[in-house]
Amino acid sequence: MALEAQGRSAPEPPEPPSDRAGGARKGRRGLAPYLLTLPGVAWLVAFFAAPLGFMFLFTFYDGTIDIGYSFTSDWPQTYVEAFTTYDTQIIRSVIYALIVTVATLLISFPMMYWIAMKGGRRKNLFVLLLLLPFFTPFLIRTLAWQLVLSDQGIFLGTLKDIGLLSADFKLLASPLAVISGMTYNFLPFMALPLYVALEKLDPSLLDAAADLYSSKREAFLKVTLPLTLPGVFAGSLLTFIPSIGDFIDAEILGNPNTTMIGSIIRRQLLVNQDYPTGAALSFLLIAGILVAVFLYARALGTEELTG
Amino acid sequence: MASASPPRRRTKREWILPTYTGLVIAYLLIPIVVMMLFGFNDYPGKFNFVWEGFTLEHYRNLFRIPELTQALRNSLVIAAITSVVATTLGTLIALALTRFSFRGRSSLNLFIFIPMATPEIVLGVSLLSMFVAVQFARGFLTVLIAHIMFSISYVVVTVKARTSGFDRSLEDAARDLGADGWTTFWTVTFPLILPGIAAGGLLAFVLSFDDYVVTAFNAGATITFPLWIYGASRFGIPAQVNVMATLIFLLGVAYVVISLLRERRRSAAPDPTGA
Repeated sequence: MALEAQGRSAPEPPEPPSDRAGGARKGRRGLAPYLLTLPGVAWLVAFFAAPLGFMFLFTFYDGTIDIGYSFTSDWPQTYVEAFTTYDTQIIRSVIYALIVTVATLLISFPMMYWIAMKGGRRKNLFVLLLLLPFFTPFLIRTLAWQLVLSDQGIFLGTLKDIGLLSADFKLLASPLAVISGMTYNFLPFMALPLYVALEKLDPSLLDAAADLYSSKREAFLKVTLPLTLPGVFAGSLLTFIPSIGDFIDAEILGNPNTTMIGSIIRRQLLVNQDYPTGAALSFLLIAGILVAVFLYARALGTEELTG
Repeated sequence: MASASPPRRRTKREWILPTYTGLVIAYLLIPIVVMMLFGFNDYPGKFNFVWEGFTLEHYRNLFRIPELTQALRNSLVIAAITSVVATTLGTLIALALTRFSFRGRSSLNLFIFIPMATPEIVLGVSLLSMFVAVQFARGFLTVLIAHIMFSISYVVVTVKARTSGFDRSLEDAARDLGADGWTTFWTVTFPLILPGIAAGGLLAFVLSFDDYVVTAFNAGATITFPLWIYGASRFGIPAQVNVMATLIFLLGVAYVVISLLRERRRSAAPDPTGA
């Protein structure tokens, strides 16, 4: 099926071939972009947009996979119950995602500033060095973190052996371990948009600020920061959104008290097969994200979503 | 401008940011080093947690666990097909977006962006909802459908970045020299945007190979590399996983080194695209 779709799209001329007759050319030009976008957009409509509709429909239903599903007029109850039962995990996910977003911003901004401003000819090398760890699958990175943070692992174990840490010091299975793992895993989502924004910044603007007797601090606050806000905005979204839905870090590095909403959704669907509750929680998640994005865009005064 | 400050203090200050950058890069590399190291660990039981001694055993018996090998093969096949299909579909959209102005263009830009701004778990749940509702059996095909779906947008963005900084006068020149549209596209346009297409293809491959969340909801009985690792993580991960991940990592490093060298060579000669 996949190959079929590809075969169908290939023979379309990606460029209007002739510029002979003005009228004919206009007609071709009118149709060409739609023909080009058709296969990809059809794929996204069928396997992204339509599924969202099905997910939404499920929240109006009641039942389980064994007894079948039927429409219920009591559907608002599904949302209310889903929220009140799992409010702890929902709030926890929001808090963790916020902390991770701020932490990645604080960690990556000074670094990307230096690479973009002072990296010189080695800029690309530094950026690639930064991305190198992410050639390793997400799960393996997180499991390696588990190894690093484990009580008798090579780091904590060594520190304990030389007496720098008390023997009962624990890092794994704590909120700190989960947040540090997420910060690690989502760092590039913040770092790259920041880099793009900082790289665009014209250094002569900073010279101009200095010529006009601004201090370095003032120049940073009044020139650098406002001009890199689109990068901060894009980076925050790209970090916050996957963080809030993430459950791998919480399951591998955390304990039952660090369970995030993603774990609950997964359990509802794959273990309990309670599709209405799982779908309602997913829907609450995207609705919450939309509200957050809207508020954040207004607060920052930038509408630049796509960069 | 700042040259009035005493030189010694300035040198000291100038070291802060590079040192910091080095530390962050080291922090990012710690788990990778640990992962590589434990691929050489001569551990006795099931749990590869404590360093026992050096061995090349796991490299020699890389394909000792048939289920793991099968999972790796599944992942590579799915990633390869995903890469080809998503790159084709995504490149066509990117071409339409950068070289035509048409009604609905900005809505299309937004529509392409939304899947990237949707948490993976929602993508997984919604696809599962649909497959359950229409009673479509989950397996290899549904994983492929899902991976192509979430890769398309990333390909569009990557290829678009390359095509928008592109000098259209080169195409005009080709046409002035008598080339028709088809010839112009394949001899001028395509070679110039090829690096963008290659980058998009690589990204789609990596996204597919790495995915756990969306796959977990739609895999049925098909086991991919991340799914197998997740299942095994409760009983102890064999060192073969470390070795496979190490080899994949080294492939990535090789790719980076080659592309850096090529870039250096290209920047020595004037770049016709101006990029």
